[in-house]
Amino acid sequence: MTERSLAEIKKQNGTIHLSERAWGYLFAGPAFILVGLIALAPITAALWLSLRQQLPIFGIDAFVGFQNYLQLFEDDRFWAACRTTLYFTVLSVSAELLLGFGFALLLSRLSDGGGGGLRWAHVMIILPWAIPTVVSAQIWAWLYQPDYGLLNYLLYAAGITEGRIDWLGDPDWAIHAAVVMDVWKTTPFAALLLLAGLKTVPQELYAAARVDGAGTWEQFRRITLPLLMPVVLIVLVFRTMDAVRVFDAVFVLTGGGPGNSTETLSIYAYKTLFQTLQFGYGSALATAMFVLAALLSLLYVLLLRRHVQESA
Amino acid sequence: MMMWFRTHGLTACVLLLVGLFCLGPVLWQAVTSLKPDQDLVRLPPLIPERVTGVHYDRVLLQSSLPRSLANSVVVAASATVTAIVVGSFCAFALARLPIAGKSVILGVALVTSMFPPIAVISPLYLLMRELGLRDTLVAVGLTHAVYSLPLAVWLLTSFFQQLPKELYQAARIDGCTPLQALLTIILPLARPGLAVAALLVFIYSWNEFMFALTLTASDTTRTAPVAVALFPGLYEIPWGDLAAASLVVTLPVAGLALAFQRHIIAGLTAGSVKG
Repeated sequence: MTERSLAEIKKQNGTIHLSERAWGYLFAGPAFILVGLIALAPITAALWLSLRQQLPIFGIDAFVGFQNYLQLFEDDRFWAACRTTLYFTVLSVSAELLLGFGFALLLSRLSDGGGGGLRWAHVMIILPWAIPTVVSAQIWAWLYQPDYGLLNYLLYAAGITEGRIDWLGDPDWAIHAAVVMDVWKTTPFAALLLLAGLKTVPQELYAAARVDGAGTWEQFRRITLPLLMPVVLIVLVFRTMDAVRVFDAVFVLTGGGPGNSTETLSIYAYKTLFQTLQFGYGSALATAMFVLAALLSLLYVLLLRRHVQESA
Repeated sequence: MMMWFRTHGLTACVLLLVGLFCLGPVLWQAVTSLKPDQDLVRLPPLIPERVTGVHYDRVLLQSSLPRSLANSVVVAASATVTAIVVGSFCAFALARLPIAGKSVILGVALVTSMFPPIAVISPLYLLMRELGLRDTLVAVGLTHAVYSLPLAVWLLTSFFQQLPKELYQAARIDGCTPLQALLTIILPLARPGLAVAALLVFIYSWNEFMFALTLTASDTTRTAPVAVALFPGLYEIPWGDLAAASLVVTLPVAGLALAFQRHIIAGLTAGSVKG
């Protein structure tokens, strides 16, 4: 089966003979066409739009170069949305990682004990992951309801708070309410990946460490954490990408309010695109989001590389 | 008793903790969906004194939710079939056939899945309008298929690579074309992998909100998550109805996730842990 070119399509005895390579392109073709048409073309169009000023209601459509991007720098609302997005991302991703690690460590104990406990834990832990984000936002909106929501009642009954807190109506609380909802929804994903990573750590390492007199914390710091760093990085990259792009959760929970206090970049871009119909500026906002997400993942990769070099 | 607690106590505590965290909010939604309207504005009691099916009755028989659920079934099923058929051919080419630029293809897939959907939504909307697909289920299904294609191709490529090369080569020597080899030899053997990819695509499509929100414009094309997000309330949010609708919309994906949790966890962790 030597490699032959596409041109070598021959007809013999009425059947078409193609080279392996030609079959390959034939197989991959439909995927290329679909991705090209529905994904790559719109992405290119978005980049092109971000260099234009488009206001269909006023009949304005002109090439403006990088003016939209320059305008971003002077746009206070853009910087506020950046801060909100970063705040949301840092808070929720770190909480998800810590909590997910905690869950994974607890659950890895279960697998030692046996008795089907782990299977039950898997069943429970997969539920928040599987629920539509929109639904989980509505579930939490009801928990946060100030007058008869469960959260205020429980906090009051436990004697922690005196009065009612308007979780979603108070600009200081609203973003944190969104973070808590996101942490609930996505910690299971982190926990599942970390749990799978924990299972790959050879048990002999712990046995050897115990012989050498290492405590639980030492074992965690010297064995578990370094060996799990690649999985931690993957969780960080996946979760950061999603947190930077967060839309569904905030859109349903607060719609960006009160007073833009929870307006993330994607919410701002959505409003710019669909409420004020500024397609050019909205596309520049969205591209800035992509750059932010890409820069953050680059940062993680560099951090990991340094970590690997240090431990080597 | 003491012995039982010593061996199972930790397990029980861990399960309780994890269970309370994961299930608590959902259970409360279930409780809410069964409470009569006048009891919704009273707390305590935590455990309802009387239950009613009126919210389910209203949501399933007197609203457009069944229509939205049917739309979601059509969208998710067609997105899954499209992504798996197109994806498995592409994945097989990447895994076994000598095509050029494989790393470029994987790079493009990565960028495609990283690009914020909000950025493509307005060009995509214009494209669908040009194609005459605005406000149709085809537009939503096609978009879901394409945006889950990178994931499907990624998973399926690694599954195909795990099958021995010799299987394919033997089939070719026996006179199968690559198409026949894929359809009769490879795909039947890759069924577990196809199932995992199909499950993940289906759940993604069922839950997806932003594309479904912007590409549809009417009750007749709305998918279930959009219906839940834009749940109609005249003056006040009808929390009981909303709770019932939320649970009904969640049921199919929660059922799939619970029934196939082992496959889904395998799919989610594939590649990220080994590599």
